[in-house]
Amino acid sequence: MTTEKLDTSSVPSSTGLWYVPFVGLVVPILAVVAALAVGAVLLLALGASPLTGYAALIDGAVGDWDAVADTAIKSMPMLLVGVGICIAFRTGVINIGGEGQIILGAIFATVVALAVPDLPSVLLIPLVLLAGAVGGAIWGAIPGALKAYAGVSEILSTIMMNIVAAQILSLLLQDLLIEEGAIKIQQTRRLSHNADLPLLPGGTRLHLGFLVALLVAVIAYLIIYKTSLGFRLRAVGHSPDASRYAGMQVKRSVVQALALSGACAGVAGAVMVFGSISHRLIGEGGATAFTQGAGFNGIVVALFGGLHPLYTVPASFLFGGMLIGGIELQRELQVPAALIVALNGVVVVFVVSSLRLRTKLQRWSEDAVLRRGRK
Amino acid sequence: MSEFFTTTAIVATLASGIRLSAPFLIAALGESVGQRAGVLNLGVEGVMLIGAYAAYKTALETGNVLAAVFVAILMGVLMGAIYAFITVVMHAQQGISGIGIYLFGLGITDLLFQKQVGTPKPIDGLRSTSVPLLGDIPTVGEIFFHHNLLVYVAYLLIPVVWFVVNRTTFGLNIRAVGETPEAVDTLGVSVTWTRVSAILIGNALAALAGAALALEIGIFQYNLTAGQGFIAIALVYFGAWRPSGIMAGALLFGVVSSTVLQWKTLGIVSGSASSFTAMAPAVLTILVLVVVSRRIGQPSALTKPFDRSD
Repeated sequence: MTTEKLDTSSVPSSTGLWYVPFVGLVVPILAVVAALAVGAVLLLALGASPLTGYAALIDGAVGDWDAVADTAIKSMPMLLVGVGICIAFRTGVINIGGEGQIILGAIFATVVALAVPDLPSVLLIPLVLLAGAVGGAIWGAIPGALKAYAGVSEILSTIMMNIVAAQILSLLLQDLLIEEGAIKIQQTRRLSHNADLPLLPGGTRLHLGFLVALLVAVIAYLIIYKTSLGFRLRAVGHSPDASRYAGMQVKRSVVQALALSGACAGVAGAVMVFGSISHRLIGEGGATAFTQGAGFNGIVVALFGGLHPLYTVPASFLFGGMLIGGIELQRELQVPAALIVALNGVVVVFVVSSLRLRTKLQRWSEDAVLRRGRK
Repeated sequence: MSEFFTTTAIVATLASGIRLSAPFLIAALGESVGQRAGVLNLGVEGVMLIGAYAAYKTALETGNVLAAVFVAILMGVLMGAIYAFITVVMHAQQGISGIGIYLFGLGITDLLFQKQVGTPKPIDGLRSTSVPLLGDIPTVGEIFFHHNLLVYVAYLLIPVVWFVVNRTTFGLNIRAVGETPEAVDTLGVSVTWTRVSAILIGNALAALAGAALALEIGIFQYNLTAGQGFIAIALVYFGAWRPSGIMAGALLFGVVSSTVLQWKTLGIVSGSASSFTAMAPAVLTILVLVVVSRRIGQPSALTKPFDRSD
């Protein structure tokens, strides 16, 4: 993983050529356009009009304030996971366990809300978010420790942890956490009103989770670039051997990075429970029905944002818009929702494939700045 | 529990364990070829689903099982070409592009199934054929020699893959490309084409694994593979990149799965216990990785794209 080359913050922005800061953006946007072109072919094959489809997509994503709010709500978990991915990838750790970390975060937060439902909101809301972070951090620290101390590839262990988490969710909702009643639906009862994330002013569904996600992005930015911890993590990501030689605790850094990464995903899990319309933890329809694939999409969002927590914010919006708009597209054209999952995969592939092109283009534009400076 | 420890139940469990190990085995053998060449393919699950659907649909339309297998392999090669382009030509991060392939396979097969088939329709899958003479041996014959064609194919692939990788020039190139691509490049062997061929083989086998699954159970449904492709990748690590080791892992997982199924049928486990058994393979994989990771070395160039200009 050539994380260092993706560092868009190293692009000098004030030295001459106006287009330099934008170069990093052009390629991923072209990649999305290319992916949508593939989607258009799929739509044609299904006998539907791509034009009507994409008009519905844009309308569904940003058509009115409610749509914009839905887009923001959809992008929240992806942003949170993506910010965590920035931390992990910059430490040279590939975290594919976002799905499991979201689930554990949601479970921890739900258990806390069930245990102390009567705490006032001012205490309960921070507490459930913290519980989510702890749950996710534990689920991240385990593969971290396995990598650091047993040499287990985190790519594999995080995937396995996803499977385990999905089963734990199903297990708990079949038994311990299930709502009491005659109908056995895999969900908890409506959780404490005190834990509801309050709606933001403006009359939309947008809630406090949005601000929480932005705050986490800023905190992650500060951790990565302004603290000695972040410096150590980046050093380990750049060259583990050199860091070890410089006396840094490489193994501990790997565990810390995955724990922090998991914590961000865990907060996403908590936000998804307490910001949801039903205010329940729902396991019906399988684990992916709950996570909505945010654990995977967070990775793409982070790569899209050049592994920079702040650039991940607009990247997550783009993705959130696409997914929300996709629902409208699917409704308008009467095509199965599975189309969105397939398209999602295509976008992932295109964005990841374009990263190298982007690095080359960025280097070329940086060189252009240098050449100009020399004249 | 006592009803499980009868000869009939145990013979049935072992026999179905061998049958269930076939998709794991085929997919993992394919993945191992790619990994030996330095390419990690996390998209196995998606390609398996595509192979499974292709085989199911073809069998549904034509009733011809061999045609079904052929179409599945063809789709696997097609997906392989796409994956090769993404990872070898575009140098995309392998782990994540594999997840993209997985999501694509998961979505597209569900989409096509809903559009083209709609309600689940069973197909005439592969019938078990008894091996002449060997199949007549009591107990042993029942366990080992009453299977469908693709199970035998899976086990025949073990020596074939071993031979190709360890005893042919092509195999030597594959192993060299996975360890020191720079050295191979200076000798005039194309790193790109060696990797592309390894990826094509791996994806063809992944699709065949999916076909084996669909034709064995005779239906298709959303997420038919249910994580088997991911476990197949882990089996490659489990088997330390050797076909014999991969076979041991596939058998272990096959027998664990069949035991769980048998317990469910006999009513030994039910309800929430089935969640435990569903997470068992994943937990087992992690434990196995902990034990084997220290003493095996993966191909040095695994997941590292090759670029002359670097």
